[in-house]
Amino acid sequence: MMMRGLWKLTWIEIKVFMREPLGAFGTIGFPVLVFLVVGRAAGRNIAAATPATSSFLRVGLPVLASLLIAVSSVLSLVTIISIYREGGILKRLRATPLRPQTILSAQVIVKLILTGATLGLMVLAGKRYYPVNVHVPLIGFTIALMISTLSILSIGFLIASIVPTARFAQPIGAAILYPMIAVSGLFTPVNSMPPVLHAVARVLPMTYAVSLMEGIWKGDSWWAHMGDVAALAVVFFVCTALSAKVFRWE
Amino acid sequence: MDEVSFEVNDGEIFGLIGPNGAGKTTTMECVEGIRKPDRGSISVLGLDPFRQVYKLQERIGVQLQQAQLQKRIKVWEAVDLWASLYRKKSVDGERLLEQLGLIDKRDAWFMNLSGGQKQRLFIALALINDPEVVFLDELTTGLDPQARRAIWELVRGIRERGKTVFLTTHLMEEAERLCDRVAIIEHGRIIDIDTPQRLVARHCPERTVVLDTEDASAEERFRGIPRVESVMRSDLRFTIRGSGEDLVTEVIHCLSENRIRVTDFRTIVPNLEDVFLKLTGRSIRD
Repeated sequence: MMMRGLWKLTWIEIKVFMREPLGAFGTIGFPVLVFLVVGRAAGRNIAAATPATSSFLRVGLPVLASLLIAVSSVLSLVTIISIYREGGILKRLRATPLRPQTILSAQVIVKLILTGATLGLMVLAGKRYYPVNVHVPLIGFTIALMISTLSILSIGFLIASIVPTARFAQPIGAAILYPMIAVSGLFTPVNSMPPVLHAVARVLPMTYAVSLMEGIWKGDSWWAHMGDVAALAVVFFVCTALSAKVFRWE
Repeated sequence: MDEVSFEVNDGEIFGLIGPNGAGKTTTMECVEGIRKPDRGSISVLGLDPFRQVYKLQERIGVQLQQAQLQKRIKVWEAVDLWASLYRKKSVDGERLLEQLGLIDKRDAWFMNLSGGQKQRLFIALALINDPEVVFLDELTTGLDPQARRAIWELVRGIRERGKTVFLTTHLMEEAERLCDRVAIIEHGRIIDIDTPQRLVARHCPERTVVLDTEDASAEERFRGIPRVESVMRSDLRFTIRGSGEDLVTEVIHCLSENRIRVTDFRTIVPNLEDVFLKLTGRSIRD
């Protein structure tokens, strides 16, 4: 019975989201667009391909695009949760036999489904328009992205718990999440960062997400990245436990 | 909140009335099980609202103050979703929409509904599980008088189906016209509970008769009526104040006995608003 409610709520949330003027484009279209535009711009110089450009095109950019997918999902989650809280929608749903965790799970499932769909679109578009041919263990990479997304989503819940109003949700979320990408090791290897940044990078989940996704993309075994998975799991459990304590329903 | 104690009977419309901030919503949310009282005990349908909240929510219907739905959810989707949330078989959603006059709007987005339509949708959601008790919190706030009257009819319809209705309102007219019994609440305390008529009779027994007459002897006669407290005259107009339901009869009796010719006659009977003013020393609109 609760499964029926969860499924119905998830399906309605997807429909409602797709009806948003910028919902579909912002979450699904934008990361794919970044991926293709930057890829083609960098691809023009492919004739003079330095090893750095080539490696960026082969691994860095796809992983960056995937990370953007995850982050925009999370930002959209933060925004939706705070709008629902402000509008009393969360409260109204809670005044039904739905369990609180079911209400929030539906939102998470929606975001995971959209993340998966965007990744699929990116792969399809990439096959046709991306300047270099990339062979990836797609299923493995999808799982890596899902694990990363789930971990970042848990941070999203924490952010959603603390943002004062819906108006601040998006900017606060962006201000927290985007700098995490900057020091994630995607642009500069973590080991060659100044000590302070290095230490910061070590405690941020984004670093482990990047390491995991890059590794799986390149064809590393899962065993080599169990440390990353463990770190992401720790972030997930800590943030979920914290949110359960501080989450505000109204 | 303290010292809030009341019972709601089966099949009645019970109103919790008081100004904004008096504690109406807090009280109602405790009874609905979505807020935990610091102390005291509550029993709804024999259940403890906080500990047995899921069991309770199966059997009650709730409309929350100032609640919204997803902006772009369609009316039928909301009803369909709500129907799926309850264990027991829900009532026919389409028929419910028809009864509430929303069937034309079944494909409309929530954000495009008028205030009255939104409230009717919330009533539909509160009724979808065929609840035994329906909670309505400030149901008609912000609606125009016409929409308000239409909603009142719907609430009476809920009672006619044998359900108990527990509502809050800060509109005295609403309480007076709709409720079988009301509890007046202020500063988190219940001041009195009874039917609107008995509350008025108990707290505001005074009656006023206003009439116009040219009869020179009238003033003297009026003063002789038993239980008249004051007679005021300005030009041809007399304002006769007294207490007790018999005052009006006594005045009429006096008029006919003395063959006093009147050109205008009306009575002023106190209402819940006056009761509230008297009990709390301030108007509910302050």
